[in-house]
Amino acid sequence: MNSDFINTLLLTGKLAGWTTAILFVIGLPIAYLLAYKRFWFKSLVEALISMPMVLPPTVLGFYMLVAYSPKHAFGGFFEKYFDTRLAFSFEGVLLASLVFSLPFMIQPLQNGLVAIPRSLREASYTLGKSEFTTFIKVLIPNMIPSIVTALAMTFAHCIGEFGVVIMVGGNMPGETRVASIAIYDEVQAMNYDVANQYSLVLFIISLVILTVIYSINGKSAPSAAP
Amino acid sequence: MIYRNKINKTNLNSPFRGLGGSFIINIERSMLTSEGNRLLKVDLEIANNELLCLFGHSGAGKTTLLRILAGLFTPDRGFISFKGEVWYDSAKKINLPPQQRNVGFVFQDYALFPNMTVRCNIEFAQKIRNADEVDSLLSHFGLEALQKQYPAKLSGGQKQRVALARALAAKPNLLLLDEPLSALDYEMRLNLQDEILKAHKLLNSQTLLVSHDKEEVLKLADTVVMLRNGVVINQGKPNDIFL
Repeated sequence: MNSDFINTLLLTGKLAGWTTAILFVIGLPIAYLLAYKRFWFKSLVEALISMPMVLPPTVLGFYMLVAYSPKHAFGGFFEKYFDTRLAFSFEGVLLASLVFSLPFMIQPLQNGLVAIPRSLREASYTLGKSEFTTFIKVLIPNMIPSIVTALAMTFAHCIGEFGVVIMVGGNMPGETRVASIAIYDEVQAMNYDVANQYSLVLFIISLVILTVIYSINGKSAPSAAP
Repeated sequence: MIYRNKINKTNLNSPFRGLGGSFIINIERSMLTSEGNRLLKVDLEIANNELLCLFGHSGAGKTTLLRILAGLFTPDRGFISFKGEVWYDSAKKINLPPQQRNVGFVFQDYALFPNMTVRCNIEFAQKIRNADEVDSLLSHFGLEALQKQYPAKLSGGQKQRVALARALAAKPNLLLLDEPLSALDYEMRLNLQDEILKAHKLLNSQTLLVSHDKEEVLKLADTVVMLRNGVVINQGKPNDIFL
């Protein structure tokens, strides 16, 4: 295998890994708010988070590319304060990936929280524990299958991203050329062997991730009830 | 002993209200039942160390009242004070959260934490870790052999005993039991009624038990309050009410 092939796969893993890690940290509190709190614009927030599931990736990619332009406030802010140009850079692809993968992290976490019997939270509160302690010591340990699903789905979805990446990142080796872009590129160049190698790796990773999810959820199902 | 209507307009406005040793409840809350909207309206004073049963059919407002006392529901208006401490006062916008009421609550489904062993469930409830007290509670409720088990492996009766031990581990001011025996068979209920009495004596304070079983009320309660459609329709000694 040549170094381009390895670098492309490493870049794909780097993008998916960072996206998953960052989304887990910001996804937990968002999922908590959506699962347990009431506020008047909650439906709008839920709709916005779910938009990437129904919106063509090119639409999202287009708007993000426009926003990344240094002529606009968002892109200008990044260039001025972080000396970073987001368009056609890894940081720009990562940011777009965070937005595009948000529902794949939030929804399993939110569903996991909603599925925990309310009495567990209430028992913890009556025992004097704060919402934060309850979240860390009672809720999170009792939603492990949902957390695994959220992490795995986000990672797997990220690995397969194409539309958003091509729109905001293009096809720059070592910077924005992830495996899904490389497959398209190799097919265009009639390099079917290389395209097949990339495809096989993505196929196997996705299969392994989904098998792990089903296996964990299947094992946890009988003992899920308290 | 319950002093019906002891709280009235006059003493509700008194600066000395709630300063006694008793538990004063005077609340209103609308609740949605299977028969439509009802108003839960309760006015009670409960004496020290009393085991009081809230008795009534489903939809009467028993569980709603218990949850209001624990701070899990907020009344529409009214006043609650426990041994001089105001827990809720709609006029003064006081509403202590459940964490600050120091209440032991045994839920209908026991609400044991599935990720913790029996021992860890009890330890989690302690404000200051004390292994001797955990051992003592495990021994009191005959749970020593089960201390390393997870709740999923326990029977209904065992879960109930763990829930009682856990509620007492927090050294609560007040014990609230929401139909803790309803999911158990007859024989198990008889055995566990003794455990409830044991828990009440260990607590040495007020206990409120929700029940719709007359036998249970006759055996356990010092006093009984009958609720129907959100209002108190009768109250007194169980023998006077049922026999």
